[in-house]
Amino acid sequence: MLFTSYEFILFLCIVIGLYYTIPKRFQWKLLLVASFVFYYFSGWSNLIYISVTIVSTYLVGVKLGNLDKQQKLYLKEHKESLTPEEKKAYKERIKVKRWRWLLLCLIFNLGILAVVKYTNFAIANINYIFTLFKMNELSFVNLILPMGISFYTFKTMGYIIDVCRGKYEPEKNIGKLALFVSFFPQLIQGPISRFDDLSKSLYEEHHFDAKNFAFGFQRVLWGYFKKLVIADRIVAAVLEITKNPETYDGIFVLVGMIYYAIQLYADFTGGIDITIGIAQMLGITVTENFNRPFFSKSITEYWRRWHITMGTWFRDYIFYPLSVCKPMLNISKSSRKRFGEEIGKRIPVYLSTITVWFTTGLWHGASWNFIVWGLLNGVVILVSQEFEPLYAKFHERFNVANTFGFKLFQVIRTFLLMSSLRILDCYRDVGVSFRMFGSMFTKLNINELFNGSLLKLGLDVSDYVVIIIGVIIMISVSLVQRSGSVREKIAGKPVIIRYAVFVLLFFSIIVFGAYGIGFDSNQFIYNQF
Amino acid sequence: METLLEILGELHPEIDFETHKSLIDDKILDSFDIVTIIAEVNDRYGVAIPAHEITPENFNSASALYELIQRLMDED
Repeated sequence: MLFTSYEFILFLCIVIGLYYTIPKRFQWKLLLVASFVFYYFSGWSNLIYISVTIVSTYLVGVKLGNLDKQQKLYLKEHKESLTPEEKKAYKERIKVKRWRWLLLCLIFNLGILAVVKYTNFAIANINYIFTLFKMNELSFVNLILPMGISFYTFKTMGYIIDVCRGKYEPEKNIGKLALFVSFFPQLIQGPISRFDDLSKSLYEEHHFDAKNFAFGFQRVLWGYFKKLVIADRIVAAVLEITKNPETYDGIFVLVGMIYYAIQLYADFTGGIDITIGIAQMLGITVTENFNRPFFSKSITEYWRRWHITMGTWFRDYIFYPLSVCKPMLNISKSSRKRFGEEIGKRIPVYLSTITVWFTTGLWHGASWNFIVWGLLNGVVILVSQEFEPLYAKFHERFNVANTFGFKLFQVIRTFLLMSSLRILDCYRDVGVSFRMFGSMFTKLNINELFNGSLLKLGLDVSDYVVIIIGVIIMISVSLVQRSGSVREKIAGKPVIIRYAVFVLLFFSIIVFGAYGIGFDSNQFIYNQF
Repeated sequence: METLLEILGELHPEIDFETHKSLIDDKILDSFDIVTIIAEVNDRYGVAIPAHEITPENFNSASALYELIQRLMDED
């Protein structure tokens, strides 16, 4: 059931209607049933996958909680009789048990994700090697990838790691844990919420709050505007350019790159607006996933502002644990002795960064395109980190850092750099992606933009007008957001202006939205991850 | 404390670590800095700061970080 389908709108109306009419204590139970019904529509077998993940996470969570209780009780009962060394040894034994359970849970849940998502990718690579040695190829397996599996698996992994670390108590009610994992607005494309951020607001009783409801509805409308008016309109040109690299090279690669940046932004942030908006209509607070990323002045800043919950997930559960684990600290120590302070202290950071970005790429999809994309992101971040002293010297010599012109240059540079890396999202393989990137420099002919070719990409003049106006509105909203919430600002205006803005937004979706006859209902890009 | 201030000062000489109380919130220390600090602390104090102790509360100021190091040393 796509967010953009009529079925979903009907489903949502029923859920919200029931949510505020049934007794408050049943609200979270209703959301749990609704989430499973929502997921059922994407395939009944998906329910089995998610249920197995929920049950395994629940059981291990309870086990970890019991071990913790056992430790506290034992230490209390033997407070007087145990020596500090014995206490330490006992704690260590329990710690080892906890880590074993954690590892079991992670391997099990990650194993499900790995099998359904990466088996055919592995087979394709094995077959490539087999053909080199003229061996028989393996057959591909027919596995359905459950929608949103990468998102909910990461949610459960974050939960169980935090429980093991003692950050919070495990959830005792399996239904409540199931709701955290499957909460329907964020089930298929995030944000990847943390249990301690979401659970309180998810389980508590909510009374109807007109302002909160209106703000949530407005945000949902804004999300639909971005998705249906902009993303689903411009996608035609993106596909035309990227699926026909033999026809569209040179300047068209640049055009495709920029169009794809617009599509991806409108699609993903639009989807998240719908998610957060629906949650707000239900009185639930979901973590923000974007902070005007296209205004970033560096790639590091961009990744702090784009898909924030994924970035912080990788930072907290992979980058930090890997960088500060004992073997890595030992590597750091020995490499300092061997290669000197400057190089030695960089090695843990380099190894962890490359591992994180390799994993980030792999998380996005089972293809070399995504792996190379991830690794290139890591390399660019490390190179810019190395250039930091050079930048500092430049800023010392030329006092331009705070000028509008230089900031604008940095924003455009970051936008183009990130858009260049995203070429790997679009083309069929890594080779074509690099060839197309190269053609921007070797076959650049700006005149091609003015010979009517832009109107042969599946967009006519009216489409361009709608997209340009849509993009101007998106940029304007982002600029206004710098000084606070746009909805709060609109709420402060006279009633006639308030209603005019939202009626206009509503009708612009109805009139200019790319749906109905002649348009395929497009999945959100991040649904496939 | 002297040693810790020395470690921090090597990373960001422009910052007065004795008075600054929002090193994470003000984005002065990034994740690369934190990893470097942990490696240095491990080297000079012989204390391993585990990943779950990397929180804004523990890294927002030199004094909070020093308290964390002391606590971990006591636990050892």
